[in-house]
Amino acid sequence: MTAEWQAVWLTLKLATTTTVVLLVLATPLAWWLARSRHWLRQPISAIVAMPLVLPPTVLGFYLLILMGPSGPVGQFTQSLGLGTLPFTFEGLVVASVIYSLPFTVQPLQNAFAGIGERMLEVAGTLGASPWDRFFTVAIPLARPGFLTATVLTFAHTIGEFGVVLMIGGNIPGETKVLSVAIYDHVETLQYAQAHWLAGGMIAFAFLVLLCLYLINGRLGGGEWRP
Amino acid sequence: MNDHIRATLTSHHDRFTLAVDLTLPGRGVTVIYGPSGCGKTTLLRCLAGLQPAHGHVSVNGDCWQQNHHRRPVHQRPLAYVFQEASLFPHLTVRGNLNYGYRRVPRGQRRIGFDQAVVWLGLSNLLERRPHQLSGGQRQRVAIARALLTSPRLLLMDEPLSGLDRQSKLDILPYLERLHAELAIPVLYVTHSPDEMARLADHLVLMDHGRVLAQGPLNEILSRLDLPLAEEEDAGVIIPAVIRESDPRWHLCRAEFAGGSLWVRDQPGTDIGQPIRLRILARDVSIALAAHPDQSIQNLLPATVRQLATEAHPAMTLVRLALGPTPILARLTSRSVHRLELSPEQPVWLQVKSVAIVE
Repeated sequence: MTAEWQAVWLTLKLATTTTVVLLVLATPLAWWLARSRHWLRQPISAIVAMPLVLPPTVLGFYLLILMGPSGPVGQFTQSLGLGTLPFTFEGLVVASVIYSLPFTVQPLQNAFAGIGERMLEVAGTLGASPWDRFFTVAIPLARPGFLTATVLTFAHTIGEFGVVLMIGGNIPGETKVLSVAIYDHVETLQYAQAHWLAGGMIAFAFLVLLCLYLINGRLGGGEWRP
Repeated sequence: MNDHIRATLTSHHDRFTLAVDLTLPGRGVTVIYGPSGCGKTTLLRCLAGLQPAHGHVSVNGDCWQQNHHRRPVHQRPLAYVFQEASLFPHLTVRGNLNYGYRRVPRGQRRIGFDQAVVWLGLSNLLERRPHQLSGGQRQRVAIARALLTSPRLLLMDEPLSGLDRQSKLDILPYLERLHAELAIPVLYVTHSPDEMARLADHLVLMDHGRVLAQGPLNEILSRLDLPLAEEEDAGVIIPAVIRESDPRWHLCRAEFAGGSLWVRDQPGTDIGQPIRLRILARDVSIALAAHPDQSIQNLLPATVRQLATEAHPAMTLVRLALGPTPILARLTSRSVHRLELSPEQPVWLQVKSVAIVE
């Protein structure tokens, strides 16, 4: 079972890293999308939503080319002495961040839009600077949105397959995550092992969603409609 | 201009133009009055820096805006009470009150936490959440929260208009107390004649984004050339003091500059207490000689100052002077003609009804 536990551990590490990176990146992006009236808002919203509609293989294919030795990103990482990203854990993180971006941005954007201008104006008249307003009013009021974004991003990253296969391949301990491990077992007709992993994921997914609904119900801010 | 609020502002937004030039007293309550959509709220938002405008704003010598040098809202020492209480739902009442209070440096706090809590009667509500409060309680929290920023200017945008009648009546005494006890100038936006009558010292009359008139309350109320004079309850508000009481008939004598009137006594009208009298133009009639043998006992010598026919030609509005105090009388044009009233003519005023508004 060590190989299986290695896959579980790698999957959790990937999901955690991706979620943390995405929360940091998506919060300012969602804030801007929720409040700006810039003409670029709609095009950028469309780009953020693309991973929802594209087959993961399309995303994986282009990322592979971009990050490969002759792609622009690949040449940049090589010039920094980092080598190329495909078939490494870091490459998987980059791909997962792009693939799960809408699952972080959209709940946050909805939550920020729901706060409304008035609360921030009130905070301003009470002497809070724009940063102060953001941290003491916007973020606490968007808490249900943050919860939804975190859970969805984490769970979605755990479930990804196509992008991982295209970018990461199947290197044990480096890029062989759960979904790929299950695929391997099925291909080699090791159904017992496949059952353990697949059944575990079903239970995991159910628990995560149940918790989300329970907590959101209690917060009273259940804006999330899957 | 160290004890004045000066504002010269222009703002264009969504086909609405605000263009005002205001000089307001640096203390007391200035009511900004006008119909809905006349730009009252826009004016307040521009003064606060919540909405961009061109021009100049200074408050008691402190410059808040000079052309493009606009101090952002959080650096202006003001407080703003919105129409809806807008309490932070994620904080308790105490948390809401502390939000502004904590952001004022200790040495600059002029209103204590406990003081504001007592003033607005919030002692029992501190640990509650906003959704557990009634509309009136919420607005009281919002007012206390605003005061706790120790503002140099208090802006209030129709703070009572979202409340039911009873909540309004509950809050007005708190506002009147602030008026009496605080030295902070207040700009109070309303379209309610009652709130104006109870709170205003100074009046700014607005319409279509412009200022029609500004000045001390009675100077504006007694002008015959403003839309206020056409209203059904046109009249004046006179500051007075209770001097004498007649317990047998439940009356008290209120003295003001230029005369005194007998009014119905009511709880809280003690001798020496300052009050406001509201005399509506329709309750005043004019006689050329004093007739003591009649039911109206409030009979005062006055001088006619100005006459103006109203929009409906049957009625004429007359401005009279009782010493320094102006009074309005609404008469039929036929009576004016019959009595041959003309400016500077000495007459007798008969006041049928007087209301104490404070």
